[in-house]
Amino acid sequence: MSVQTRSPSRAAQWLNFPHRGVGMWAFAMNRLSALGLAVYLFLHLFLLRQLAEGPSAFDRFISLVRSPLFTLSEWVVVVGGLYHGLNGVRVILTSLGVAVPYQRQMFWILFGIAALGSLAFAIRMFTA
Amino acid sequence: MTAEVWTVTFRVFRRKGAEAPHYDFFRLEVSPDEYVLDAIERIWAFHDRSLVYRYACHHATCGACGMRVNSVEKLTCITTIRSVARDGGEVTVEPLRNFPVISDLTVDMGDLYRSMEAVHYPAVSPVAAAPLPTIPAKDGISPGGPLREEPDAHRLNDCIECGLCVSACPIATTTAGYLGPAVLAAIQFQGISGKPALAGLADCEDGVWRCHSAYECTAVCPSLVDPGWRIMDLRKQAIGRRFRRLFGRGETA
Repeated sequence: MSVQTRSPSRAAQWLNFPHRGVGMWAFAMNRLSALGLAVYLFLHLFLLRQLAEGPSAFDRFISLVRSPLFTLSEWVVVVGGLYHGLNGVRVILTSLGVAVPYQRQMFWILFGIAALGSLAFAIRMFTA
Repeated sequence: MTAEVWTVTFRVFRRKGAEAPHYDFFRLEVSPDEYVLDAIERIWAFHDRSLVYRYACHHATCGACGMRVNSVEKLTCITTIRSVARDGGEVTVEPLRNFPVISDLTVDMGDLYRSMEAVHYPAVSPVAAAPLPTIPAKDGISPGGPLREEPDAHRLNDCIECGLCVSACPIATTTAGYLGPAVLAAIQFQGISGKPALAGLADCEDGVWRCHSAYECTAVCPSLVDPGWRIMDLRKQAIGRRFRRLFGRGETA
């Protein structure tokens, strides 16, 4: 029996789901959060441009970003920032040759801190 | 005692020249304790003489039989069928990634070999230089400590240039110019202190700094080279060298 196939896309080969380990997931999430934060930075600067258009325009803008959808988006930014920053500590340490054999354990500890931090922010942001 | 017999379907990647790739399916009766390479050889011997694959030593020394088994890089000569399949199940065998496919399961590893030569990776090294684990004297008979302590004793170096790490590396997939885990490990093994040529190769954008610490290389290495750790250690060396040069203490080259 013979079955035709196509060469898998580079993205599929890169991710090779689900056959990757913790390190690859840390890298993939780091890259994803980095892209998200970069997009957020531009969006942030772009929206703050409204400050230059006078107080009434800015008040309208502020009332818009008080909607629950924006609060949720802000929380996503916090989650991305927490993960990216904390995993960054791990990458810096291992890049200095520190605790490389424990990179997995380090990932889970820092991921746990990021998760707890995200939870704390969620409670603070959505119950206030 | 009767030998255990499993029926396993091998889904084998095929590609000749520029033709579109496809999978061929071969149903085999095997012992689960046979190795994946045994099954490939049997497919070649009894089912399809046109199947091209590479092997030599059958005992994890030559590094020729690296393939992807169920999407994970393996030396097929030491991968038991039991560890990758179940009775009545299916096993997918594909060529290594990040190398050009020559035919079926055989890839062109020329670039890797040339790079290993370019960094002068030694085939043997003094036992004293090898990070051998200390053998504990559990039974009270075998001696603890390093295997041999004669100063002139040499051993084959761990890296067998099988290319599994390069295949597993996500960066090698996206960046063709990346030096890759095997070559960086070979540089780390020798150290960059006092070796400006090696230091220049390692301390550049397609050297240690291209690595994104996914540690997939370390996960698949069949020879305990731990390229991930070696790349990180090489970063440490590169940073140290830059600091020394900053204060005028490095080599002048």
